Amino acid sequence: MIGLLILAVYVAIFFVSFLVVRFLVRRTTQDYTSLKTVTFGDESAVTSNRVASIVSVVTIFLIWGSFTGSNWVPGFLHAPGPFVGETSFTYTLETEDGTRDDATVHVRVFDFGETAQKFDVDEGDGIAKDDAVAMSASRSTTILFDKNDEVKRSDGARVVAIDGVEFNGSRRVKSPAGSFSLTDKGAISFAPPRGLQMEPIWLPPPEAVVSRAVEISNEGYRDSTLWKHLGYSLFRVILGFFFGALLGIPLGYAMGLSDWFRGWFEPIVEFMRPVPPLALIPLVIIWFGIGETGKIILLFLASLWIMAIAARAGVSGVNISKVHAAYSLGASKFQIMRYVIMPNSLPEIFTGARVAMGVCWGTVVAAELVAASEGAGMMIMVASKFQLTDIVLMGIILIGVIGFAIDILMSKAENLLVPWKGRS
Amino acid sequence: MSTLSIENISMRFDLPNGTHVQALKDVSLELNTGELLSVLGPSGCGKTTLLNIVAGFLAPTEGQIILNGHTVTGPDAERGMVFQQGALFEWMDVRENVSFGPRMKGQNEAQWGAHVDHLLDVTGLGDFKDKAIYELSGGMQQRVALARCLANDPDVILMDEPLGALDALTREKMQGLVLKLWKETGKTIILITHSVEEAILLGERLLVMAPRPGRIHKEYNLPFADMGVGADLREVKQAEGYAETREEILEMIWDMEEEIMGRSEDTK
Repeated sequence: MIGLLILAVYVAIFFVSFLVVRFLVRRTTQDYTSLKTVTFGDESAVTSNRVASIVSVVTIFLIWGSFTGSNWVPGFLHAPGPFVGETSFTYTLETEDGTRDDATVHVRVFDFGETAQKFDVDEGDGIAKDDAVAMSASRSTTILFDKNDEVKRSDGARVVAIDGVEFNGSRRVKSPAGSFSLTDKGAISFAPPRGLQMEPIWLPPPEAVVSRAVEISNEGYRDSTLWKHLGYSLFRVILGFFFGALLGIPLGYAMGLSDWFRGWFEPIVEFMRPVPPLALIPLVIIWFGIGETGKIILLFLASLWIMAIAARAGVSGVNISKVHAAYSLGASKFQIMRYVIMPNSLPEIFTGARVAMGVCWGTVVAAELVAASEGAGMMIMVASKFQLTDIVLMGIILIGVIGFAIDILMSKAENLLVPWKGRS
Repeated sequence: MSTLSIENISMRFDLPNGTHVQALKDVSLELNTGELLSVLGPSGCGKTTLLNIVAGFLAPTEGQIILNGHTVTGPDAERGMVFQQGALFEWMDVRENVSFGPRMKGQNEAQWGAHVDHLLDVTGLGDFKDKAIYELSGGMQQRVALARCLANDPDVILMDEPLGALDALTREKMQGLVLKLWKETGKTIILITHSVEEAILLGERLLVMAPRPGRIHKEYNLPFADMGVGADLREVKQAEGYAETREEILEMIWDMEEEIMGRSEDTK
C-alpha cells in the first residue's frame, strides 16, 4: 500500500520535474549537437541530462527522508507520521444480565525509541472502570480492559460498543482514536493511526545511517572499525584479482598463441566460465574453511577465467598486418610478443579487468555474507540478524560506492595507459 | 643482373568440401635491382597471394622465390612490407614506429637517429615525429608506413595497395612521394594496386594478371614512372601513349571481369 504510494510520488516527481525543466531551462550553449533537428533515434545526440541526474538523486533522498520523518527534510514535506501523544476512547461493557456501563481508556502513545512508561488514572465509578494504557507508536496493543472492572470476561462480561458505536468484534472498526477489534478471548485490540511513515526498524532515516556510520568508523562493530571491515573486503578483492590476473593473462596468451594450449584449456575455460563464482562458495568453504585462504582462492577463480578470456581475445584481436609488418621489419618471436601482441591486447585486458573487479567485489560480499569474521558483507549480515537496519543500509551504500569508485579508477587508468583504445 | 626471381610459383588451396582453388599457376618473373613493378588484375587473380609468397608469409605449393642467391622460406628484414592500413603500432609515436626495425636489431639511437630523422623529413613528417598514430590522417599514416619500411633498409619493398584507402587528392601526392623515394633510394619495389592509372604512372614494368587460375596475362614496359619523378603527375597523364595504354588495359580487365560474371551466371 505504502509502496504503491511511494511509486506514485516518484513517478509524479519524474514527470513534473521533466515538464518544469523542459519549460524553464533553455539550452544556452549552441554546440553542434544542440543544433541537430533529428535527435530522436540519433543515439549520439542523446547526452545525459545533468539536471535530471541531480533531481533524480535529490528525489531519492527526499522520498527516503519524507517517509522516514527525517529532520533533513523540512516538516511540511513529511508523510503523515504515526500518532504520538495522548488519546482516549470509551468502551461499553455489557454483563450477562444485560446491564451496560461505559468506561474510558486513556492511551499514551510514545514515539520510536522512547520507552512506554506506565501511568495511573482515576478509575471512576460504575461496573466498568477507566484504564490507563502506555504503548509505542505504530504498534497495536491488546487491552485487558476488565482487569479492574467489577464484572470480568470470565463472568460473562463483553464489549458491545466503542465510542458509542455498536460492534461485535468480527471486523475492525475505526474511530478518531484508531482502529479496534476483539481478540478470540474478548480483549480489545487497539491500534492508533499508523500514518504513512516507515518505522526505523524497516527503514531508518538518512541521518540515522550517517550517524551510525560515524559511530562505527570510530568505535567499530564486531571488534573491527568500519574501515577495517571495508579494508578486509578490498584486500581480498585486490589479492584475489592479482593472482587471477597473474595466472589468467599468461594462460590467455598461451591459448591465443599455441594450438596445444588452446586445445588443452578450452574445455576447462568454457566449462568454468558460465559457473557463477557464488556457486563455488560452498565447495571453497568445505575445502579451505572460512578463513582468508578460501576467500582469496574464490576470488582468484572468479577473476582467472575472465582474465584468460580477455587476454585470448586481445591476442586474436591483433590485426594480422601488424604482426606481418613486425616480422618483415626483422622482429623475433619474443619481440613480436613484447612490442606487438602485449601492447595490442592491453585494451581487451583492461576491459576484462574492469569486469573481473566488478565480479570479484560482488563475490567477496556474497562470500562474507555466508561466513567471515571481518568484512563489509559480514557486517551487514550480522547487523541484519539483530535488525540493525541502519548498519545494513550503510553497508549496502558503502559497497555500492566502493564498487563504483573501483570502476571509475579502472577507467581512468585505462585512459591513461591505453589512450589509443577505440581509435585505430 | 637479377636480384629477385619468382620461379614457377603455383598455389593451390584445398577446400573442406574436397575441391580446391588454384590461386596461382606457374608464375615466373625476374626483377632487377631498382626496378618498380606494378601488378594489376581483377579481384581473385592472386596478386595479393603472390605478394604474400614473396614476403614469405605463405609457402607456395610449387616453385620458389630466390633473392640474392638464396631461397625465401619466411619473412625477413630484407623484404619490407607496406600495407593498405592498420599495420602501424598505435602504442608508439611516429618516431618510434619509424625506428622499429633498427631498434629490433638492437641498434641504439646513435646508430639510427640520423637516418630516421632524415626519412621523417623526406616524407614530410618532421613536425609530427612525437605525435601519436591515431592523431594522424590516413595519408600521414601511410607516410609513416613508408618511412618505417625504408628505415629498415630492405632490398625489396612489397606494397599491398598502399594508397588504396586514401582520397584522390592525397593519393596523387603520395604517388609522387613513392616515385621520389624510389629514385632516391634505388630500391626494388613490387606494387599491388587496383587502380589502372596508378599502375601505369608508377610501374616501370606493369604486370596484368588474369584469374582462375591466377596467372600472368600480359607484361608492359612503360616510360611514365621515369617521366613522373619530380614532375607533375597530371602532366604525365597528358603524355603520348598514356591514354592508349590505359584504354587497352582497362579493356583487358573489363573483358576478364565480364568473363567471370558470365561464368558465375552459367553456374547458377
